[in-house]
Amino acid sequence: MSVGIVLVSHSAKLAEGLAELAAQMAPDVTIAAAGGLAGGGIGTDYDEVVAATQRADAGAGVVLLYDLGSAQMTAELAVESLADPSAAVVVDAPLVEGAIAAAVAAQGGADRAAVAAAAASAGAPPDLTFDEGVQDGESSVELTLRNEVGLHARPAAVLVRSIAGLDAEVTVRLGDETADADSVLALMALGARQGDRIEVRAKGAQAEEALSKVKDLVEQNFGE
Amino acid sequence: MACTAETLAAALRAAAAVVAEHRAELVDLDRAIGDADHGENLDRGFTAIVSALDTATPETPAAVAKLAATTLISKVGGAAGPLYGTAFLRASVKLGDAAEVDGPLLVEALRAALEGVQARGKAVGGDATMVDALLPAVSAAEEASGSGVAAILAAAADAADKGAESTVDLVPRKGRASYLGERAKGHLDPGARSTALLLRAFAEAAK
Repeated sequence: MSVGIVLVSHSAKLAEGLAELAAQMAPDVTIAAAGGLAGGGIGTDYDEVVAATQRADAGAGVVLLYDLGSAQMTAELAVESLADPSAAVVVDAPLVEGAIAAAVAAQGGADRAAVAAAAASAGAPPDLTFDEGVQDGESSVELTLRNEVGLHARPAAVLVRSIAGLDAEVTVRLGDETADADSVLALMALGARQGDRIEVRAKGAQAEEALSKVKDLVEQNFGE
Repeated sequence: MACTAETLAAALRAAAAVVAEHRAELVDLDRAIGDADHGENLDRGFTAIVSALDTATPETPAAVAKLAATTLISKVGGAAGPLYGTAFLRASVKLGDAAEVDGPLLVEALRAALEGVQARGKAVGGDATMVDALLPAVSAAEEASGSGVAAILAAAADAADKGAESTVDLVPRKGRASYLGERAKGHLDPGARSTALLLRAFAEAAK
């Protein structure tokens, strides 16, 4: 049972297209599109947002993202109207990046607060840090990306999902930059392409398991 | 004179007539700085309120206000739907189960409506929004608190008119008009205008 996601947009096409994109990276998450007016026009439909929020709630709560202006008010009002308003939260985040980050976090089993945090942090510049070398207690493995698109959106999402839930802190280094491997956007920001050599590092009780999972993925070209 | 469910329903019907009458004016105001749908949206919402009241008039003033709130939220759309909807919803909560609304309770409900609008839209006075009509209206209502429902609403409507006029000289800082910046100066804010119209309609109905 994962956290559900509602995309509130003035445009039905925008909401549906984004739901389609996010679903590709989070196949088991309910991503409900609530875009446009009931008659097909541009606008936000309160009743539709309430219905989408109820549809998206499988019991683990819902995170709502919105596009512009009044979509935020409609989303907030919809949440307040729920029998249990604490079941859902409206997040201020860039819609596309936020939806992807939230969907991947939800797919990985994150709770509602963590899914909301993933969406909200998608607005900040991706969290890349300057490489400080392998730390005490950290294991590492170097791998060469052979898949066609490198660490692009879908492979990055697959990687994040593969280690979600493991008791391990995992980072990926390319050149002199490292990214937290629990962030799709940070991994994408590394810009690792086909042929690039990355170093995966992990520490924690399940560090070895995490490294082996990532190694398998890379060797299997992320299932491409 | 205190306000009952019936008188509040009658005031809403009067407001619906005023909105219909000023529909084109609100559309024109909104065309200058927004998307030209404020008059049409509000008219649709108040027409729906009248239809709902025709079906059945709820028993308490709070229930009438809540009916108005849910109808506006569902039917108006845009920013005006959630904002006016929240205003009526918060007022409804404040009215509780009172069978009649006296002056002091009315003032409390108006204050709650203002706070709801500000919480929802995050606008303050001077942003060139409906808050510029509602904020002085609530202050005037509070000053007139001891003088009965009709006098309170008349004072609020006068202040709202002046407040709405003040938006002409303001640079909008919230809502779609804010995208225009300085270019939106010289225009009366449609939301402030509709707020003033509604308060005037309520004041006339209470006479």
